Amino acid sequence: MLELFVYGIVFGSIISLGAIGLTLVFGIIRFANFAHGDLMSIGAYIALFMVTGLLAWIGVPDTTFGSLSFGWRMLIAFPVSMTVVGGMAIAADRILYRKLRQKGSGAVMLAMSSLGVAFIIRMLILIFWGADSLFYKPGLLRPAVELPLGVKIRPDQILILILVLGLVIGLHLFMQKSKMGKAMRATADNMELALVSGIDTERVIILTWGIGGALAAAGGILYGIDVQVHAYMGWNFLIPLFAATILGTIGNMWGALVGGLVIGVVQQVSTAFLMPTYKPAVAFMAMILILLIRPKGIFGGKQE
Amino acid sequence: MIILEATDITAGYTTEVNILNNVSIKLKSGKIVSVIGPNGAGKSTLLKTIFGILKPSTGNVTLSDEDITGLKPDKVAKRGISYVPQVDNVFPSMTIQENLEMGAFIRSDDFSQRIDEIYALFPVLGERRKQKAGQLSGGQRQMVAMGRALMLDPKVLLLDEPSAGLAPNLVDMIFEKIIDINKAGVSMIIVEQNAREALKMADHGYVLAMGKNVLDDTGDALLASEEVGRLYLGG
Amino acid sequence: MEIGGLFAYLVSLAITAGIYAVFCLGLNIQWGYTGLFNIGIAGFFCVGAYTSALITLSAPEGIYANYVHQLFGFDLPFIFGLLGAALICGMVAFLIGIPTLRLGEDYLAISTLGIAETFRLIFNNEPWLANGARGLVGLPQPLQGLVDPRNYNYIYLVIVIIILAVIYMLIERAIRSPWGRVLRAVREDEISAGMSGKDIFNFKMQSLIFGAMIMGIGGALFAHYMKAVSPEIFTPLYGTFIIWVMLIAGGSGNNKGAILGAYVIWGIWILTQLMTDYLPLFLKARAPYIRFLVIGVLLELILIYRPQGLLGEEKKVSKMLE
Repeated sequence: MLELFVYGIVFGSIISLGAIGLTLVFGIIRFANFAHGDLMSIGAYIALFMVTGLLAWIGVPDTTFGSLSFGWRMLIAFPVSMTVVGGMAIAADRILYRKLRQKGSGAVMLAMSSLGVAFIIRMLILIFWGADSLFYKPGLLRPAVELPLGVKIRPDQILILILVLGLVIGLHLFMQKSKMGKAMRATADNMELALVSGIDTERVIILTWGIGGALAAAGGILYGIDVQVHAYMGWNFLIPLFAATILGTIGNMWGALVGGLVIGVVQQVSTAFLMPTYKPAVAFMAMILILLIRPKGIFGGKQE
Repeated sequence: MIILEATDITAGYTTEVNILNNVSIKLKSGKIVSVIGPNGAGKSTLLKTIFGILKPSTGNVTLSDEDITGLKPDKVAKRGISYVPQVDNVFPSMTIQENLEMGAFIRSDDFSQRIDEIYALFPVLGERRKQKAGQLSGGQRQMVAMGRALMLDPKVLLLDEPSAGLAPNLVDMIFEKIIDINKAGVSMIIVEQNAREALKMADHGYVLAMGKNVLDDTGDALLASEEVGRLYLGG
Repeated sequence: MEIGGLFAYLVSLAITAGIYAVFCLGLNIQWGYTGLFNIGIAGFFCVGAYTSALITLSAPEGIYANYVHQLFGFDLPFIFGLLGAALICGMVAFLIGIPTLRLGEDYLAISTLGIAETFRLIFNNEPWLANGARGLVGLPQPLQGLVDPRNYNYIYLVIVIIILAVIYMLIERAIRSPWGRVLRAVREDEISAGMSGKDIFNFKMQSLIFGAMIMGIGGALFAHYMKAVSPEIFTPLYGTFIIWVMLIAGGSGNNKGAILGAYVIWGIWILTQLMTDYLPLFLKARAPYIRFLVIGVLLELILIYRPQGLLGEEKKVSKMLE
């Protein structure tokens, strides 16, 4: 059981990355981005393309770092993929969502549009890579390391935890200390007042999409490193992402982190009683429970 | 001498319904203009149109001979006009200090001196600078809202019902601060429900009703007028 | 293809599009008239189909029971399958509505998505319910004894059209009634409808249930057309997304638009199939993905350039409003 809990934390931290992006977008731009899961997918696939394709062609060595399952290629592919997916998210906003916003389309039309984007991304993945599960390093043995209390964890997974923590702390500092970060918080609080204060809210929106997309890509790649890469991975994350976001209170970054960890643990622990394929259903049930008991989430809801 | 002028403004929130019809006001440099009138007269709409939140279908707005009609709020703010909305006028999850910093967003210089000046104007805020704006009392929040707007060192300040929802002693306090700000050289347009107090402060006053100009005169003259007293000052 | 074959092909297209039209009508009540964002249509599709299957099949006996597992099998006629599907879907809608209808569109959306996924998982992984991943086959078809099986589709087409017409008239009636006018008010501006929160909730719930029941009928129609059900049919693409595209393309808030959208989009879908026949060989395997990509891009184009769809929203809901 303890091992399930530990793995739940690992898995949950991956969910958190996606949930943080989702909650930022929700809080600042006020719509539910149904394409967020597929942003995670495409992030994983772009990294895959680089690690098994592009970087191999230009001759970057294939060695791995110590007992980790990846090496130089992933080190390069990771930030590149984050940047590309951040750019894709921004592009989707510029090409689609912004036009709908300017026409005064409601939140539902935006969400519908994002659903369309989700399917478009997934179809592109299926067209270019097919429906099989793929791996960054096929055939690699991944030995576990033993921690106190007899818990086994892979070195990859330890790194995942460290990386997620690093990204979250980095984001937190950015939002607290930097001018644009504060502008993001201000826009989330009160967009009209932000406009009145002269804040360029369009730039804030672009920044939000960029960060959201980048974090999603990071989550997707980490999942791909830990488990596998396949076309439906992001869609399968969608319900846990939303559950985590709602649990952590929409718009609250740390809430999304906590929410992600909780959902991850709940999902993993459920595998002691249910088949693993039910994990999304478990996340969904958890979400319904939260909606019944405390719909505004742990942190009480945004201040109006 | 005339620093801000709105002429013949027709505007509304939707294209079908006009709230304002051919409304005009003038603001002389260094003076206070009060706009009073019954609810729904279009007073807030006028401020929003001047500031660029709404676009007028007729008429124009000039700032010191520059036509700023229809400019977006961030551009209007850059030209030296600041606006304090009536409600939702602070960033609730951010501290007082951060609210002020947001007010200075479009400034590219070092504004720490300006922040000190704001704290000097509103000492209560200075004591609580790390507190979140959403947790403050109504009066304190209003001060934060005004302080945020003042961070830009504006030439013109637009205030939408600054005394709304405040207890009477706080109303006096806010009006005193408004006079202090004006003495420091900021020209102001104040929209107010509290017509009597607004006219006392005003160099000039405009009465709006049903989206149209009804009267305008010096503040003292309007206060003395029987008609105004009967209709708009509640006796 | 000779004329007889072509005609039979068109009939089968008309049946499928007609079934999708039923779904569009159901979605139109929920979304077009009430503004409820249901992206879990596949769930109602699935439940409706399976319910009708279980009601109309007989419970497996003897040796057969070793291979096919069902929770129950009532061996009742087709009409009971339809009604049962509608009833159960209505109940599911009710249960989903309770926690989510008060909370806003996005919560409803993700909840409907979750329910659809959950149902698909349950039907897929619980063999005792409806034979799990293998699904159920041999569903009876109404009036199947009447004609040569090769010509049966003509009868089914007539059945689908009749049911579609009945549902269409029912909805048109309901929309023009006082109930329908309130629904419109709820969608436009909840606060000025001047109703209490509880009343608004009730109206939304009624709309959700009504729409879900119609979707259940659609699911049943589909099941009996295919004569089989299995969990993999009810994917987000075929079971939810394409229906949304149909409704938006036809014109949400417009029942004629709902039906038209179903036929037009299904026609485009078939057209893409014919077009992919011309694809080079290495792309042929990806054909279904390319086709869905086209549909996805089409949706985005419609949302930006013609969000009101082909027919737009119905102008006159009731003569009394003028």
